[in-house]
Amino acid sequence: MARIDLDLAHAYKANPKCDEDYALLPLKMSFDDGGAYALLGPSGCGKTTMLNIVSGLVMPSQGTVKFDGVDVTRKSPQERNIAQVFQFPVIYDTMSVAENLAFPLRNRGVAADKIKQRVGVIAEMLEMSGQLNMRAAGLAADAKQKISLGRGLVREDVSAVLFDEPLTVIDPHLKWQLRRKLKQIHHELKLTLVYVTHDQVEALTFADQVVVMTRGRAVQVGSASDLFERPKHTFVGNFIGSPGMNFLPAKAQGDTILVGGHVLRGRTNPALASAGDFTLGVRPEYVQLAQPGQADALPAKVRKAQDIGTYWLLTATSGDMVIRARLSPEAKKPAMGDDVWLNVLGSHTCFYKNEELIA
Amino acid sequence: MELMLERIEKQVGAQTHLYPLDLTLVPRAVTVLLGATQAGKTSLMRVMAGLDAPSKGRVLADGLEVTGKPVRDRNVSMVYQQFINYPSMTVADNIASPLKLRGENGIAQRVNELAAKLHIEQFLKRLPAELSGGQQQRVALARALAKKSPLMLLDEPLVNLDYKLREELREELSQLFATGESTVVYATTEPTEALLLGGYTAVLDAGELLQYGPTADVFHKPKSIRVARAFSDPPMNLLPGTAATIGVTLHAGVNLSVPLPSSSTPVLTIGVRASALRVRQRDGDLALPGKVELAEISGSDTFVHVETAIGELVAQLTGVHQFMLGEAITLYVNPLQVYVFDAAGNLLVAPLEVR
Repeated sequence: MARIDLDLAHAYKANPKCDEDYALLPLKMSFDDGGAYALLGPSGCGKTTMLNIVSGLVMPSQGTVKFDGVDVTRKSPQERNIAQVFQFPVIYDTMSVAENLAFPLRNRGVAADKIKQRVGVIAEMLEMSGQLNMRAAGLAADAKQKISLGRGLVREDVSAVLFDEPLTVIDPHLKWQLRRKLKQIHHELKLTLVYVTHDQVEALTFADQVVVMTRGRAVQVGSASDLFERPKHTFVGNFIGSPGMNFLPAKAQGDTILVGGHVLRGRTNPALASAGDFTLGVRPEYVQLAQPGQADALPAKVRKAQDIGTYWLLTATSGDMVIRARLSPEAKKPAMGDDVWLNVLGSHTCFYKNEELIA
Repeated sequence: MELMLERIEKQVGAQTHLYPLDLTLVPRAVTVLLGATQAGKTSLMRVMAGLDAPSKGRVLADGLEVTGKPVRDRNVSMVYQQFINYPSMTVADNIASPLKLRGENGIAQRVNELAAKLHIEQFLKRLPAELSGGQQQRVALARALAKKSPLMLLDEPLVNLDYKLREELREELSQLFATGESTVVYATTEPTEALLLGGYTAVLDAGELLQYGPTADVFHKPKSIRVARAFSDPPMNLLPGTAATIGVTLHAGVNLSVPLPSSSTPVLTIGVRASALRVRQRDGDLALPGKVELAEISGSDTFVHVETAIGELVAQLTGVHQFMLGEAITLYVNPLQVYVFDAAGNLLVAPLEVR
């Protein structure tokens, strides 16, 4: 297992001039030895490029990749000792499940008894012990993908295991079982895992640390709680959570905050006083109905109140600002056109300047 | 348009794609066809459109029979999962194509209006291949809307898009549907999408129409286990039980004091929605100690899978919560918040409405 340090940038075309020419803008990032990481972002954000740079499939156009402090920038995936799992099963149909799992070990000349032991351990983890002697050809797509996962995990001496959207072909009701398996395996084997996905459930469930990416930049590296409670960038606030964070233009006035002409009192921060115009961010989960005139609340008009089964999704406007709130099903149902007050300034409120978190 | 399906059936060879069903769509509103893949959503939609004729039964549009009438003779617009546009035409020409076919006036203005509504006005002169997937689907949607058909059919139109884009486009579509210009049919596999679209929902399973009604009503009062299963995400927790003197006895002798009607059968199934399970205790709750199997985090919610004496349960908690695998946890449920289904799987008791 290895600690991986990236200090690089990548452009697929020569002589990049502006930010748009880069698939990955200059970045410094480290993956700790034994950590479980997810690279999360919409298509085109650079996550697959980053994975391919770690694996050695792509050489960065500038900068270095280091494994345990050793420069491996020009080394192949094999020289880097990387295991990879792709979107679609990569297995040998003519071999049995056991032979498939043993293949990466046999390739490296591992002793037969050791192979047998490792294959047994991995098969048990993946609940495939009963299928070891079956031919891979006859298995369903998800069983085949489980073999691919097993092949990725079977070697103990790899620097890291890289996953590229490995659960795409898996049936939704089986996905959670495999996520659980992966998490368990990570706890037991302490491998360095890097997992690329556009699915936030997968990323947030699997990883200890999620790298959120957009337009070639990693805008935040953090735990699921960090990304939910303290998004460092407005992109994260919007991307994580459904619906995403509410953003309201604001500015400080003495020890109060001015939002759409309304003076709000409550949480203040010295950083805000000198910020000029900034953006107040509050998640729909933390917006609640307030008393009229409440100091931390804004007056708003209800535009839509949807019964989402497990909660009310309220869409309200205050001036030209739109505010969404997730209300408990036990709250009184607000009706379209109702005048309500919504608290937006509390301990969970975040403040942004130029899209970056300032307080 | 009022679209009425009478005793519709669809056989393809030896296979039954649709079992006999009656369905009258609520005019000028959205009807969601909800069901897993292979439930019959696309088959039903193709019959509605006139792309396929039913094996039996009649299709009536505003009272007139259109059963055998092909799609080109009907005024229907369709949007599919795949982004279907004319590749050699510009975005503007794509949107204008149905209007040109009908030789309408004021085409340019209508195209601009629709492009503005769907936020693609800056791409009007480009070709579809030069756009992202989300933008291509916006073009297909704009073209469908341009027709102003009294019947608009959308077959999982957002399924191939990133989830944030889906969220955005779904919101815009609901606003466009809300104008009430068309009767809209929208097929999806996702319960949450049905709830977000609102309107009416028809639940399909294995070629059968199981229930049709206002979306929230169907969600809160599913007629059967099959409907509850199709219309719950995460899946409703279903637990075998037997009728007892005061309620229902579950596995390991756990007793749930829920009042049963006289029509109760000895063998029952208890249904508990993930959102009805909590980690904080309230008065009258039943405590269910267990062990965490996994916590799945969606961003807004955490879904905790818990092994308990009465079976495996999934609880939905708002926000992000971290749990260790194998950690001890106690879930709580109010017995008045559960569903009870009889031996045949039909609803006996629905939770008390709290609102």
